[in-house]
Amino acid sequence: MELFTSIFVGIIIAATPLVFAAIGEVVVERSGVLNLGVEGMIIIGALAGFAFTVETGSFSLGVIASMVAGAAMAFLFAVLTQSLMTNQVATGLALTMFGLGLSALLGQGYSGKSVPTFPKVDIPYLSDLPFIGDLFFKFDILVYLSIALVIGVLWFFEKTRTGLTVRAIGDNHHAAHSIGYSVKKYRYLTIMFGGACAGIGGAYLSLVLTPLWVENMSSGRGWIALALVVFGAWQPVRAMLGAYLFGGITILQLHSQGFGITIDPQLLSMLPYLATIVVLVLISRETVKSKMRSPACLGTPFYASQ
Amino acid sequence: MLKIEQRTEPSKVMLYATPLLALILTILSGFFLFTLMGKDPLQATKMFFFEPLTSFYNISELMVKAAPLILIGLGLSAGFKAGVWNIGAEGQFTIGAIAGSAVALYFYEMEGFYILPLMCLAGMLGGMAWAAIPALLRTRFNTNEILVSLMLVYVSTLLLNVLVHGPMKDPEGMNFPQSRLFSDSALLPLLMEDGRAHIGFVVALIFVGIAWVIQERHIIGFQIKVSGQADGAAKYAGFSSKKLVWMTFLFSGGLAGLAGIFEAAGPVGQLVPALPVGYGFTAIIVAFLGRLNPVGILLGGLLMALTYIGGENAQISLNLPSATTSVFQGLLLFFLLATDILINYQIKWLSVAKPSVKSN
Repeated sequence: MELFTSIFVGIIIAATPLVFAAIGEVVVERSGVLNLGVEGMIIIGALAGFAFTVETGSFSLGVIASMVAGAAMAFLFAVLTQSLMTNQVATGLALTMFGLGLSALLGQGYSGKSVPTFPKVDIPYLSDLPFIGDLFFKFDILVYLSIALVIGVLWFFEKTRTGLTVRAIGDNHHAAHSIGYSVKKYRYLTIMFGGACAGIGGAYLSLVLTPLWVENMSSGRGWIALALVVFGAWQPVRAMLGAYLFGGITILQLHSQGFGITIDPQLLSMLPYLATIVVLVLISRETVKSKMRSPACLGTPFYASQ
Repeated sequence: MLKIEQRTEPSKVMLYATPLLALILTILSGFFLFTLMGKDPLQATKMFFFEPLTSFYNISELMVKAAPLILIGLGLSAGFKAGVWNIGAEGQFTIGAIAGSAVALYFYEMEGFYILPLMCLAGMLGGMAWAAIPALLRTRFNTNEILVSLMLVYVSTLLLNVLVHGPMKDPEGMNFPQSRLFSDSALLPLLMEDGRAHIGFVVALIFVGIAWVIQERHIIGFQIKVSGQADGAAKYAGFSSKKLVWMTFLFSGGLAGLAGIFEAAGPVGQLVPALPVGYGFTAIIVAFLGRLNPVGILLGGLLMALTYIGGENAQISLNLPSATTSVFQGLLLFFLLATDILINYQIKWLSVAKPSVKSN
């Protein structure tokens, strides 16, 4: 039982940065924009969250800083792709390179520093329940926030008028423009929302998962989050489940020795990346279906001629 | 008021002026960045962008760094032009280095003129094989090549680590994770007595010529251009898009692999875990900086190499962190993309007519 609990809890915690980043990107892509700079926004969020927590001693300020930093990076992307109509693929790559470089530069003084343990919630009665309490009611607040975010985004797209507008812009920006919606304004907002989500995902890395600052500590999670969006067919809940699947792979890798698997740990570290490829292949095999599900204007720039 | 207006025809002048403009903007932000970091901006800028050209040693280092950037940039530009995004050149570089090094170690302490060509061949084939994975998945299953080629970068780095800790470890190396030092027949000939500049730079120049001929004079170059600019027209003309994906991936993978073995058999002289230093990613900037044009890539590669050396010098003498170089490279790409708007659009000043009736 105890092993089961620790594996379950480990999966959720390992997956939470991916949940945040992937949900943010779902919103961005549903509005028709492909931001490949998730990795860069995560790493900047990770540094901002860590640095502000170290300097102020407050986790709340750290988390807020990570969101602001992620959104600021995203704003840069929005200015370039929406106002200056740059190529989204190249701009996203530039954002990733810039984020990795800038975080290494600004983060120099923070390697080796530490933050206190991120507090877990303590819900009266629920957290004390045997087994169930350990499984579901002893996480940190950010885990619940990530789940609330998934539900919120789902509700936003299915039940609100604004959500419908965002989807319309993603599927046909010219039509949305011609009936009077400002494509640019909505896209600026979704892009920055995606940045804030990636930022908080980064903060989860540097404050909870491995409470440290290390250069390049995002180690490809931004790219895995992008793959999860495709895996989730642009549906928030499916993307979240995909993230938990990846959390499972990470935990499998950590616990492998416990299970008596004696493979070179470096080989096992390849698992998440290989799994991403396998998942992408399985998803994209159904070409027609997956094309129907993806936002029709994904990645194409919009220029209003009037 | 500023207004952005589409040009009827892309501006030729802007096509070549914007890279320079982007460079100037990058240098200006460097000024700002250095001041923020409490360094003398004038001295730091000089150190970064001009000092590398002042000594013989630095110029030879410039060639060492430019060779892989040019080779990889040339390969990538073919794909980018056709709308095929190989982002994983860093992985193909690593696998090329591994494959070529395997040949070098197999012929350890043997002599022969054939060893080096075999190593280069193995390096190219290794890079091509690694690039074939995303090409296959894209053409067979329509899988996104950006994500697959990128994931394979992480896999290749881990594989390199496994190999230098295990099968390819130097048996007399006190258990250090590195291969044997290559024997003389497996090392690239140097261009000059002093410095580390090697024949790889000449090979890169030859490939600039080859790529130029393909682009300007060969039907494949034309097909690549058409597919990137007008996919519908390319299909109508009967160009196979699958064939293009394969060709561009194999071309870029092969050149990245060659750059990888050049790095191992040139300046490094053995296989070490730290061999991939990011040339595969920087080459993406080089390709854009050079406007996906072979001659432009040659210049772009030299410029990027300059920032590497400037960064190293500034690290030593001004105590600037090494990450400064990657920040500059990222900024340069941003400015380059941003100023691109001047090619297809005009920015016009609209004189806002003042209201004729004064409101009281």
